[in-house]
This record gives sequence, structure tokens and C-alpha cells, in this order.
Amino acid sequence: MDPLHQFNIERYGEFHLFGVDLSFTNSSFFALLAVALVVGFLGFGSRKRALVPGRMQSLTELFYEFVAQMVRSTMGQEGFKFFPLIFSIFAFVLTSNLLGMFPYFFTVTSHIAVTGALSLMVISVVVIYGFLKHGFKFFKLFAPSGLPLALYFVIVPIEIISFLARPFSLAIRLFANMMAGHALMKVFASFVIMLGSAGAFSVLAILPFLTNTAVVGLEFLIAFLQAYVFALLSCIYLSDVSAEHIGH
Amino acid sequence: MEPAAAKLIGAGLACIALAGAGVGIGTIFGAYLQGALRNPSAAAGQFTNLLIGFALAEFTGLLGFVMGMLLLFVF
Repeated sequence: MDPLHQFNIERYGEFHLFGVDLSFTNSSFFALLAVALVVGFLGFGSRKRALVPGRMQSLTELFYEFVAQMVRSTMGQEGFKFFPLIFSIFAFVLTSNLLGMFPYFFTVTSHIAVTGALSLMVISVVVIYGFLKHGFKFFKLFAPSGLPLALYFVIVPIEIISFLARPFSLAIRLFANMMAGHALMKVFASFVIMLGSAGAFSVLAILPFLTNTAVVGLEFLIAFLQAYVFALLSCIYLSDVSAEHIGH
Repeated sequence: MEPAAAKLIGAGLACIALAGAGVGIGTIFGAYLQGALRNPSAAAGQFTNLLIGFALAEFTGLLGFVMGMLLLFVF
């Protein structure tokens, strides 16, 4: 009845390399499954490359255009070189979130190791690209121009802290949302069983059951919304450094 | 006090973070609806900003959740 039991990582076989545990686990299996689904969906949808798209191709183009619109509206046409990164992140996070909604399926994004790696990847691209493009003017990101001198003593520490908090907030938001939602579903499901076996009151078990149905709907919304927010915030962090003049 | 009891009380106190997240999310969606009803044509353009604000406000509540989980299962 432990609501956190579903997040256990199980090894499908032992494999150690130079003292590092590289065993194939259920987490790696579902991550691979998500990648295979995305690649299969996009490949199958675009196999004909018809000028007038069929049903599958329309779905694929809808998916593509949705992310392309997000990238264009936040970074403009100039930031479109980051589209492959944003699209891959969005597709992977969305697919693994939705895969986790199947009963007995493992949610890859409910572990901070996975979301932390994703967010570190985004922030590394932000920092490396910022330095490549602006050199040491990158630090103007922390000191916006056009402020009274006295304000800089307040603004600069705040900006530095908020920049350093970005990878953490990106990782924790996704992981905590997925973990909290799935634990909530398990808790309400165990209420159904507890009330159902309570003798005279077992009719009341319908109440947590109905709540759980609503929670499942909410979870589908959150699974999509969190993937969208993750990709959107990555876009915004990238657009901060890909602007022509930094720190405005 | 028993350390186990203090742990549980601490995890319960961490739930107070949800109050702030509730106020924040409610303010954001309420203000968005107010603006959207006054000027419906501008509403679609601000949907992205709505979701960013929602994500930032929700994060404060989730930090409380993470604290509760840490107190319950790590210490």
C-alpha cells in the first residue's frame, strides 16, 4: 500500500563497468520505449511526404507546427536553430509523461535524476551558447542596463541567484509534479480498497473512486502541461542569451 | 519530543507551502480571466505568459512537497 512503491527502480539484469552500475532497469526500458514511440510516430507519419497530407501526416505536422510556433513566438526566426533541441525535449518529456499514465507503467520523468539531466543539458546549452555569442558580455545578463547605480547592489545578487535557481526549478517542477500526481492517484486508490472492506460503510467507496477518476483526467492535463512548460521555459532561457544585445 | 513525531509534524508543516501556491495560482488565473473578458482579442496572445506565471507560482508549492518528502523518507 506504499504509494511510493511505484517509483522503485528494478534491475533487469546486472551489468557493471569499471565499478559503475550500468544495469538495464525499468527506467531505461521506458525511456527507450518513449524514444521508440516518438521516432516511430514521426517516421510513420512522414513516410509518404505527400504534398496534401493524409491523416497520419496531418497529426505529425500538427505536432511539429505546435512546437515550431512556440519556438517562433519566444525566440523569433533567429532562434530557430534551437528547434531540434526543444522539439526533442518536448517530445521525450511528453511521451514519457503520457506513458506513465498507463497502469503498471513506470514514469521516467518522476525521478529527479532524469529531469535533472534534462535541465542540466538545457542550462549547459544556455551558458555555452551565451559565452560563444557574447564572450564576457554574457555577464551583462546579471546587470541590466539603464538602472540607477544604487539599484545594482540589489539587482545583481537577485539576478545571479535567479539564474542559478533555474536548473533546479526546471528539474524539480517536472519531477515533483509527476511524482505528486502519481502518488495522489495511488493514495485515492487505496482509499477505495480501505472503504470497500469497511463492512456497512463500503457503499461510500464510490466517493474516492469518483475522485480518482477526476484525478486521472487532471493528471493527463498535467502530463501535457508540464511537458509544455518545460519546453517553453527552455525556450525563454535560450532567448535570454540568443538576443542580439544582452541585458535589456 | 520523539524524533519520529517531530519528523511527521515537520512534514505536515511543509504543507503550508500549498496555501501560497493556491493564492498565487488563483491570482494568476483570476487576473487572466479578468483581462481576457475585458479584451478577448488580446487573450490568446497572453496564454503563454499565463502558463509561465502558473509554472512559477506552482513551483513554490512543489518545493513544500519536496521538503515534506525529504523529511518523511530521507531523514
